[in-house]
Amino acid sequence: MSESAQNTMTHSESHKRGDSSAPKKSSKLFKALSSRTFWRGVISLIGFVIFWEICSRMKQWTGVEVPWIGKVPPPTQVLLAWTEIFWLPGYWESWYLSTGRVFAGFIAAMVLGIPFGLCLAVNRYFHDIFFPPFEVLRPIPPLAWVPASIVFWPTTELSIAFVTFLGAFFTIVINVLGGARSIDIRYLRAAQSMGATQWDLFRKIILPGTLPSIFTGAAVGMGITWEVVLAGEMISGGGQQGGGGLGFFIWSSYMGGTVAQVIVGMISIGIAGYLSSSLIRYIGSIAMPWRRLF
Amino acid sequence: MMNASNTDKMSDVVSDQATLELRDVSRVFGDEWEREEIIKDFSLTVRPGELTVIVGPSGCGKSTLVNLIAGFDKPDSGEVLLNGEKITSPSNDRMVVFQETALIPWQTTLENVVFGPKLRGKRSTSEIEAEANNLLDKVGLSEFKEKYPIQLSGGMQRRAELARAMINHPLVMIMDEPFRGLDAMSRELMQEFFVRLFEENRRTNLFVTSEIEEAIFLADRLVVLSNRPTSVRQVIDIELPRPRDFHMLSSREAYEYKKQAMEILHEEAMKSFNRTDGGYQPVAE
Repeated sequence: MSESAQNTMTHSESHKRGDSSAPKKSSKLFKALSSRTFWRGVISLIGFVIFWEICSRMKQWTGVEVPWIGKVPPPTQVLLAWTEIFWLPGYWESWYLSTGRVFAGFIAAMVLGIPFGLCLAVNRYFHDIFFPPFEVLRPIPPLAWVPASIVFWPTTELSIAFVTFLGAFFTIVINVLGGARSIDIRYLRAAQSMGATQWDLFRKIILPGTLPSIFTGAAVGMGITWEVVLAGEMISGGGQQGGGGLGFFIWSSYMGGTVAQVIVGMISIGIAGYLSSSLIRYIGSIAMPWRRLF
Repeated sequence: MMNASNTDKMSDVVSDQATLELRDVSRVFGDEWEREEIIKDFSLTVRPGELTVIVGPSGCGKSTLVNLIAGFDKPDSGEVLLNGEKITSPSNDRMVVFQETALIPWQTTLENVVFGPKLRGKRSTSEIEAEANNLLDKVGLSEFKEKYPIQLSGGMQRRAELARAMINHPLVMIMDEPFRGLDAMSRELMQEFFVRLFEENRRTNLFVTSEIEEAIFLADRLVVLSNRPTSVRQVIDIELPRPRDFHMLSSREAYEYKKQAMEILHEEAMKSFNRTDGGYQPVAE
């Protein structure tokens, strides 16, 4: 959250006057690829992998084991394990299942959370009635819901999706509420002077004014859904109904496979999470053209 | 661009001039345990076609006053009248230009300007857009109408805001320290731009500022406020000729006006220093 706020700050500083010549789409990619930030990122990642490789192989080379990281298989070995797993349909099925669960929970959380947050923000009675129970439920970690969820829902699949939903829901609601509340009152007043009705205020001021917070909430919520879905899969196991998923993949690799496989699972999740949040950022930049300019 | 007859039809000359009147207006904040009178027995008539400038010590409740006149807030006693009718809610016959910028960030300059008329939906879109383009031309922003507020400089934002207010054809314009936060150069340019605009259409205008030179440069009448609870301390008629220019500020009269206003403001500022919560006792001069 603070990172995105910081970005906005620095960008708005440097581009306050606005470039009169808007960069073309094709040159944008080129610009991104040739930027120092991009290359620093690449070098950092490569450096990290080399460091990891050296540390892991230290015992083999010198007989001295590097603490912690020495116990981890080196990246070359992980890559080798990955090339084997890569061709197994089960691996991709796990991707598919986890992604499906994440998006089911996440989309349900958005669909219910955004209107709920907006209602809390604009209606005092609604807020007075629903906010206290919401605040009591909010601190309960999603994983604490797992047993209850299994009781609530007929299938394991639904139970996992529900826990995933909870993970994103509270974050989204809190962000929407905060965002709608922090809209500059002068925008509302200006619109009122110009003859805006309550509905106009909601549609033209409150809703677009809350969009940045909706996307912040979505990005954070998406991260939480990945955390939750994996934990849910580990707990529920690979039963007939639930089964599979990247969380279960890690767990079963730990139980019966190799550490290299566990790391493949971990990196897969990292990539999945990164792709999901990139998708949200991309949708955000399209939905909020006034922020794309920074 | 616009042809001549069209421009005439759309011109911004105000036909019906408005009188704004505040009668014994008071506003109290707080609850029954802790009350603070912000405005007390405030009476003032803003005469039609005049630029009335309000100056007062900072934190004296100028913005509260603006909110009462705009209809965002209601007085606890007394009344605010526009052409003899009591003000109860916000309306496009009183447009406020706010401190710093209140352009809507997710609307382009043009969208901001057409926002009000489009909401009310009484005129056709093409008519509204023609007038908006005309106004944007007038404030020198034709080339920036597709830009978002964040892409405009401070001075441009203020000019866009003037256009956004004018398109609503208010009877009274209320300016709440509109040029605050601009650098000295932009501020001076905006003052000059604004005074030309006013002299051209002579729309009844209430201008709130804390800058005494700005006040004298713009005003037909200068209203000096007292400290909290705020009321009118003195009204000074500024008899500098129009059209105004900055050289007039170095004239003998301007100096006298400034001295007169400064003396009152200084006295009022001292009062707040002397208050028990001020915690600081100034040395007598």
